[in-house]
Amino acid sequence: MYVAVKGGEAAIANAHRLLDDRRRGDRSVPVLTLDQITQQLALAVDRVMAEGSLYDPELAAMAVKQARGDLIEAIFLLRAYRTTLPRFAASKPIDTGAMKIERRISATYKDLPGGQLLGPTFDYTHRLIEPDMADDRPVPEPERRSCDRHESAPRVTDILGADAMIEPDGEGTPEREPADLTRSPRTFPADRDARLQALARGDEGFLLALGYSTQRGYGRTHPFVGEIRIGEVEVEIELPELGFPVAIGRVKVTECQMISQFKGSKSEPPQFTRGYGLVFGQSERKAMSMSLVDRALRAEEFDEERVSPAQDEEFVLAHSDNVQATGFVEHLKLPHYVDFQAELELLRRMRSEQQYEDAHKEAAQ
Amino acid sequence: MTVSAKHRSHEQQVDAQIEARRRAMAAFAQAGSTFLADAWERLGAGRTALPVRGPEVGLVMVRGRAGGGGAPFNLGEASVTRASVRLEDRDGAVVGHAMVLGRDPDKAGLAARFDALWQVGDQRERIETEVVAPIEEALAEGDRKRTEETEATRVDFFTMVRGED
Amino acid sequence: MSFTQSQTAIDGGFLDPAFDAQGVFARLLTAISRPGTVVDLGVCCRSPAPLSMAQGALLLAIADGDTPVFVEEGSEAMAEWLAFHTGARIGEPSEAQFAIVSRPSREWLERLPLGTLAYPDRSATVLVEVESLKDGHSFTLEGPGINGTSRIVLAGLLDDFAEFRKANHALFPCGLDLVFTCGSELLALPRSTIVTEV
Repeated sequence: MYVAVKGGEAAIANAHRLLDDRRRGDRSVPVLTLDQITQQLALAVDRVMAEGSLYDPELAAMAVKQARGDLIEAIFLLRAYRTTLPRFAASKPIDTGAMKIERRISATYKDLPGGQLLGPTFDYTHRLIEPDMADDRPVPEPERRSCDRHESAPRVTDILGADAMIEPDGEGTPEREPADLTRSPRTFPADRDARLQALARGDEGFLLALGYSTQRGYGRTHPFVGEIRIGEVEVEIELPELGFPVAIGRVKVTECQMISQFKGSKSEPPQFTRGYGLVFGQSERKAMSMSLVDRALRAEEFDEERVSPAQDEEFVLAHSDNVQATGFVEHLKLPHYVDFQAELELLRRMRSEQQYEDAHKEAAQ
Repeated sequence: MTVSAKHRSHEQQVDAQIEARRRAMAAFAQAGSTFLADAWERLGAGRTALPVRGPEVGLVMVRGRAGGGGAPFNLGEASVTRASVRLEDRDGAVVGHAMVLGRDPDKAGLAARFDALWQVGDQRERIETEVVAPIEEALAEGDRKRTEETEATRVDFFTMVRGED
Repeated sequence: MSFTQSQTAIDGGFLDPAFDAQGVFARLLTAISRPGTVVDLGVCCRSPAPLSMAQGALLLAIADGDTPVFVEEGSEAMAEWLAFHTGARIGEPSEAQFAIVSRPSREWLERLPLGTLAYPDRSATVLVEVESLKDGHSFTLEGPGINGTSRIVLAGLLDDFAEFRKANHALFPCGLDLVFTCGSELLALPRSTIVTEV
């Protein structure tokens, strides 16, 4: 029997009204503007865009505000929004080699061409809370240094690749459209293109923990950061009505090339192999974690034994999406009155059967 | 001039023209909508542009490459606005197209109008000097500022000499 | 040199894209849920050859960048028109989600996607223009969406149609869905409909 229970409409309406009130908070405090969020909470906006898988800083800021700073809720909002829009086209693959670099570091080559550019980093800060944050002190303009030389900053893997010490990028297969998990369901085993898409929109915390686990011995790798670069790249679209590609604007991305040792195989000499991370916005923790997990998931390619969670494609891809995860975990709080009633009945029956058996045994003795 | 050389030079001309239009369209796409609206007041006054399609907001799937240079994969989507307009001209109609990142129907409509007007030709030079060039300069200025700020964070390694030699 | 693309690519789309597409979709839904029912999509677009008006309207309403279209005797003008208005590209039969073919024959059961048991929806919808939806051969229909039996009348290139239907029906739940068009009218025969020649 299924018993539908109605009710709660008024409670829900009032709860949402209360939510609106609590979101706004004390009315004497000025309301947050979207500009304030995109400017001053830029990395929260970046995370929402990356995991919401939709590049639109203004929308992401609205989502952060509506979600009261709950970033997974904001990501959910962005994902829901994107389903309402038609997709016009796919871009040409972005060229991270032509990035307008805002930060670029390498842990493997001190003197790499193009140099080490720290950019706006938390690294080397003392992690002491600054009392200045409590008020609106004037912030000095950043230092500038003229830069006349037009030294290019090639991707570090292209430098190493020149000596054949590192596995090459491999050729793209132009005749095959890359897998798209927003269009067709996951299948296993997945190809690397499908994995990279899932990782790029995957939960930062989940990927961080998995990446960490590979360092601690769960999926042996000995990684180095070949390069991290952050900056804007141009997005180019080939419009069918034009017949040639045009630039439609720029997006900020973070790229990480993780290099790890490989002892070689029958067909390949000992060389460095690579894991790759590419994420919308500025998020090097996410890009680094992604590259560690990407490398771990390539175990099969290198005849490595798959023994750890980070190497288990099905485990990683099925659990990396925080909107899916939150949906399934959080649904547990919705009414399960009937299910629970059924289990309660079952327990009662088991108990009474047990009591009956016990009584029977006693009588027999 | 031989026939094939003539053919080649025609092809080069076409390529140069496509390149010029690509540059112009890229500039329109990265301009502010108020800048474009002001410029249209000056350059397109009196012209009627009829909507052919849009402006409408949608998505493009942004792609990256595995390892930076390998097989393409889908990185994530970006919001875009596109528009196509028809500009009536003495010799017929010219259709202009635009696709711009973000959700700004006004800007997409203006960018499409400028693309059409650029093709008509009689205003091309003014568009190049009064619209395309200033946008490109502003972009270059912004890039220069950021590059110089980043440059100030360049690490200059030096070797410390310890103790007596 | 001129950048102006052929005018046919730009013209002939829906005048009111949102409402026209909804209108066509609603009528198409009626046609598919009530197999054999002739619906008139009206004069709502001007589609380049070889697409008939109903075929053009159907594609304008439901084709997009994710649905490759195969056209047996396509033209460049039509490909440009489709690309501009829907974002759909012309594809090979093996990847087609919509196929515009001249006759419904067994050949297409080998060349078009039929779906899989896990995903029977990954199959093509076949559009065939016929000479008439009012005169010609009679067929009896039965199956989901039909109260008892109903009858349709078709005229055109239908030599091996009965054989095609039989083979298609045997594939259920996989198989091709069929839409017959004539001018601005159409009727649908989803794979679940059993067709017998009278």
